[in-house]
Amino acid sequence: MIKGILTIALIFFTITVVICLYRVIKGPTLPDRVVALDMIGVNMLSMIAIISLLQNTTAYLEVILILGILSFIGTIAFSKYIERGVIIERKSNR
Amino acid sequence: MQLWMIFLPVIAALFMPLLFKKIKLHTGWFVLIVPVVLVSYYASKIGDRATYASWTWVADLQLKIDSSLDGLGLLFSILITGIGALVVLYSIFYLDKTKEQLHNFYMYLLLFMTAMLGVVQSDNVMSLYLFWELTSISSFLLIGYWFTRDASRFGALKSMMITVFGGLLMLGGFLILANITGTMSISEMLLHTTEIKESPYFTLAAILVLLGALTKSAQFPFYIWLPDAMEAPTPVSAYLHSATMVKAGIYLVARFTPIFAYSTTWIWLIVILGLITLFWGSFFATKQRDLKGILAFSTVSQLGMIMSMLGVAAMSYHVDGNAENVFKYAGFAALFHLINHATFKGALFMIAGIIDHETGTRDIRKLGGLMSLMPISFTVAMITSLSMAGLPPFNGFLSKELFFTTMLSAQDFSWSTVAVLIPVVAWLASVFTFVYCLYFVTGIFFGKRHELPKKPHEAPIGMLISPLVLASFVVVLFFIPNVVTDALIKPAVLAIQPNQFLTVGDIDIHISMWHGFNTELLMTIGVVVVGFGLFMTVKHWRKVYSLVPEWFSLNQLYRRMMRLADEDMTKVSKRYMTGSIRTYFIYMFAAIVIIVVSTLFMKDGYAFDTAHASDIGAFDIALVVVLVLGTLTVLFARTRLTAIIALGVVGYSVAMFFVLFNAPDLALTQLSIETVSVALFLLAFYHLPKLSRHEARLPFRLGNFVIALAVGVMVTLMALASQSQKLLPSISEYYKETVYKEAGGGNIVNVILVDYRGFDTLFEITVLAIAGMAIFGMIKLRRKKGADKNEIK
Repeated sequence: MIKGILTIALIFFTITVVICLYRVIKGPTLPDRVVALDMIGVNMLSMIAIISLLQNTTAYLEVILILGILSFIGTIAFSKYIERGVIIERKSNR
Repeated sequence: MQLWMIFLPVIAALFMPLLFKKIKLHTGWFVLIVPVVLVSYYASKIGDRATYASWTWVADLQLKIDSSLDGLGLLFSILITGIGALVVLYSIFYLDKTKEQLHNFYMYLLLFMTAMLGVVQSDNVMSLYLFWELTSISSFLLIGYWFTRDASRFGALKSMMITVFGGLLMLGGFLILANITGTMSISEMLLHTTEIKESPYFTLAAILVLLGALTKSAQFPFYIWLPDAMEAPTPVSAYLHSATMVKAGIYLVARFTPIFAYSTTWIWLIVILGLITLFWGSFFATKQRDLKGILAFSTVSQLGMIMSMLGVAAMSYHVDGNAENVFKYAGFAALFHLINHATFKGALFMIAGIIDHETGTRDIRKLGGLMSLMPISFTVAMITSLSMAGLPPFNGFLSKELFFTTMLSAQDFSWSTVAVLIPVVAWLASVFTFVYCLYFVTGIFFGKRHELPKKPHEAPIGMLISPLVLASFVVVLFFIPNVVTDALIKPAVLAIQPNQFLTVGDIDIHISMWHGFNTELLMTIGVVVVGFGLFMTVKHWRKVYSLVPEWFSLNQLYRRMMRLADEDMTKVSKRYMTGSIRTYFIYMFAAIVIIVVSTLFMKDGYAFDTAHASDIGAFDIALVVVLVLGTLTVLFARTRLTAIIALGVVGYSVAMFFVLFNAPDLALTQLSIETVSVALFLLAFYHLPKLSRHEARLPFRLGNFVIALAVGVMVTLMALASQSQKLLPSISEYYKETVYKEAGGGNIVNVILVDYRGFDTLFEITVLAIAGMAIFGMIKLRRKKGADKNEIK
């Protein structure tokens, strides 16, 4: 029973990812794509959690954490790139 | 002792630079000691039994440097060292100490002497080949001695190309022989003649060895290097290109006759090519304007004559009884003429050198009327030319008569009536020989005297000693031929025809100056009469030579082949070496696809079996769809930024697959690496120049598409085939069992990485370190602006 529900949830998440992917591909502006990418990251995070439930293991908890951090950092980096054109700024006294 | 004698010249060569630079006396005087010592050593061996000395070089490969002094080896050794001594003596007066780099000259010459002695004394085919190539190299160095001249370099390169070509093929023949018999020693091969005869590679080996001999001995059609080798200093021409090196091929044929004579291909090749060479060389000698050119063509012709006689000698292996007696003495005749040729041709070259030295030209059209000015040279030239033409009372007469006997007897071996042509061609060639001999002598010494670059006078006596000695041999050999033949030639014939003669006493041939009126004598008289007639009318038929157009010659063929190997091949490689990496990738991928797919089909390696496959869930399919969509986006993206992001999607989906297939460590690493590399891609993208950031879809190229499709299909086929045919169980069971017991860890992946197979990890770390340092280096270590251009190239 629980397994069936989890599988259905997984498929829904996948559909969400596919929709986000459409935005990534189509998205008229760069911010559209970045937001869609961030959303893919979050969805994948949930998917990994569901898979670890399905596989009955705790081995993927680190993956979830890493993915959370990475998707955050990635979005920030992209945003900064869009805003300023550089990601890591040089020190002004150099 | 015997081995040391071979290496004596090369050891002496080491001291040449010292002698040349420190001592004022002409270096040649020191060199002269070497051949004199050698010739007296070898002369003392005359009449002894064959002796053998050997030094094992690589025992496991049967490589030996050896010296086997049987009759044939001794005959050639005496020839090499004897004429070597005379040539060195001559060169002392010919080459000027102050103007020439004598140490180079004598080093090359001594190197050559060692090489030649090694060739004629080697019993081991490998050491024979070693010395053989050494003669090619030292000859190359000697021809190119005046390396500032274009013609010298051209001649040196040409002779090198042709002789090394033949040498390499000869090595192939030797290897076949060694393979059949299992031994490298020629004397042991002789014991295996039946095995060699029955081998399917027999004829191939015979032809390969023969090609080596033909190229070295300047036989048709490989004679073309010899006229160009005349750019060498005259002592070199006299020594290498008349008396010794060009006879290495003759030696080879003589040495291998007991093995290959059973092949009729071998016999007919030698006889026919020898006769063609004989005729061709004598016919074209009269065309030449250069004294050394005439002599070069005459050498070619005479070598063809010796070669054809050796061919007839090989015929004696095929017949027995009464008929055998007919061919028996051909080997004897060949060797006798070999000695005669060495004497008169050496002297003739030296005369040509003297003329060049004293008048400043070698062009026969500018020379003439020197008889009263240079009487001694004239006498020597007259004696030797008449000997070459085959007239009494000189040694050439005796060997020419023997030659006619040989050629007449060759008809008896015929399987067809064409063999009647053999003596006819031989006779015609002798006529032309007579013509060019007269042409040579009268062109220099008779007629009107022309204006010459130098004021001509008789050469210094030192220069004349060597030709005088050789000319006296020419006469002496006529009057007492049997002394020489008993001492030198008969033991050598034993080596050529060991099955017909067991001891020297069996060879019951006795040369007489007068052997009654017979066909041979009539032929000689015919040669003189017709030759004289042709010579008198030479102006009228000279036009024949211009009938053959210049482009239709073997020299042009050689040039064209060299051009083919050089310019045309450059064109070909320029066509496919485009410099574009895309083209090279196409080659590589196409090659991989063709090789792998054809192997799969030819070896019937393809299989498809779903027995070991797992079930496919709905989620797997969805993930595959995402992956494929991402990949397609990379391909069809309109901008590079989209492509980079889609690449990130692909990477993340792969990470999802790792999650799905129970690989948490991989998933962790893949996620972080993917993020970092996407960031790096963005960095690279950001720094692209504005102009080249072309915001357009990848252009469609059918070729690329086909290749990409083929590679994809190939990899899929490979993966399916290897998945379907798992033959052995995996090793991973062992890891599962021992990961905690032996290694004390719970994470099997990490234990494998740092414990079971930590070596790989160490070097992966190294790779990362190198990459990091390289990136640092590329960014920090930049050249200054001016130097940039070199790097772009």
